[in-house]
Amino acid sequence: MKLKLAFTGLAAICLFVGAGMALSPASIAQNAQGGTKPDGKTLKPAASFQSITNQQQRSVALFQEAGKVIQHPRCVNCHPATDRPLQGATMHPHQPPVFRGDGGMGMPGMQCTTCHSPQNTPVVGQADTIKSIPGNPAWHLAPIEMAWVGKSLGQICQQIKDPARNGGKSMDQIVEHMAHDELVGWGWDPGAGREPVPGTQAEFGELIKAWVDTGAACPAS
Amino acid sequence: MVSFTLNGQQKEFDGDPDTPLLWVIRDAEKLTGTKYGCGVAQCGACTVHLDGMPRRSCVTPISMVDGSEVITVEGVSGKEADAVKTAWAGLDVPQCGYCQSGQVMSAVALLQMVPKPTDADIDGAMAGNICRCATYHRIRAAIHNAANSMEG
Ligand code: FES
Ligand code: FES
Repeated sequence: MKLKLAFTGLAAICLFVGAGMALSPASIAQNAQGGTKPDGKTLKPAASFQSITNQQQRSVALFQEAGKVIQHPRCVNCHPATDRPLQGATMHPHQPPVFRGDGGMGMPGMQCTTCHSPQNTPVVGQADTIKSIPGNPAWHLAPIEMAWVGKSLGQICQQIKDPARNGGKSMDQIVEHMAHDELVGWGWDPGAGREPVPGTQAEFGELIKAWVDTGAACPAS
Repeated sequence: MVSFTLNGQQKEFDGDPDTPLLWVIRDAEKLTGTKYGCGVAQCGACTVHLDGMPRRSCVTPISMVDGSEVITVEGVSGKEADAVKTAWAGLDVPQCGYCQSGQVMSAVALLQMVPKPTDADIDGAMAGNICRCATYHRIRAAIHNAANSMEG
């Protein structure tokens, strides 16, 4: 007789205690972007990259700016490298324990929609760390071939360009997806208690478009 | 005004549309089988069936329930519910009982979707229902017993 359920319950408690102590990956990402806006809340406009005359270098710089969004926990948490999403700015394993299931919608009896609604939902319970349950009509995990956890920005860049790992999208469709997809857009409106990704979806879409227009060059790492 | 059915009966609610379904079930409709454990979708004690699917009622604004069918532990029926009830009683699954209506609602939903669940299926469906009495081993055995009893 296995006691796995009991152990996952204990793990939940440990993770809650540990969550407050971990260094936020978001703050690391922001520090690594030295020279841009220091607050991590804004994106440099695509037009401001015109000063980089070398087109390939401009393309790489545009993608690095867009990477502030792409590598934010709001986006990476649901591009897991395993069947379990991550959660929070500390990117801990999702609590309660949930797993990918068919179409990234969760397991039978515990689908995403067991808790997630079509919109962000404020909670009534008292919890220091949970102010709302995030929600969106399309709430689901990215397919495993789109896993971003553990990848460098350069690796993610190559992945986004590869139709075998981007859902069969053309570069035009990538621009459209980044600029207008509703679930991507959730990153800028993640509900109470959650830091939004920097800038606006329109600014992000312009960065991606300018990156594609300049040859979609990828960072070396 | 929100209209919905609760255990097959037509109900209406005209309070704050953000009121959690759990509040409506317990405070307005006085059905106290569904429990409040955390209020933040972390424990599973408040699980009901919303249009046939398990749902945490503590994070379900009543406005979302308009036109829907809600089933609580008091009203859950059918062969899976019967099998779960018999299996639960047969193994004396509950200890304090606080988590158990949520456990039962999740178990019934699992069996409706997966009639013969494996241990991995049970982990997948039940890991969000926490039991501080740690009756997990009996819950797992009772789900297998319920599945076996429905065969043939
Ligand atoms: S009370 Fe709803 S999940 Fe805990
Ligand atoms: S039986 Fe006591 S919490 Fe589950």
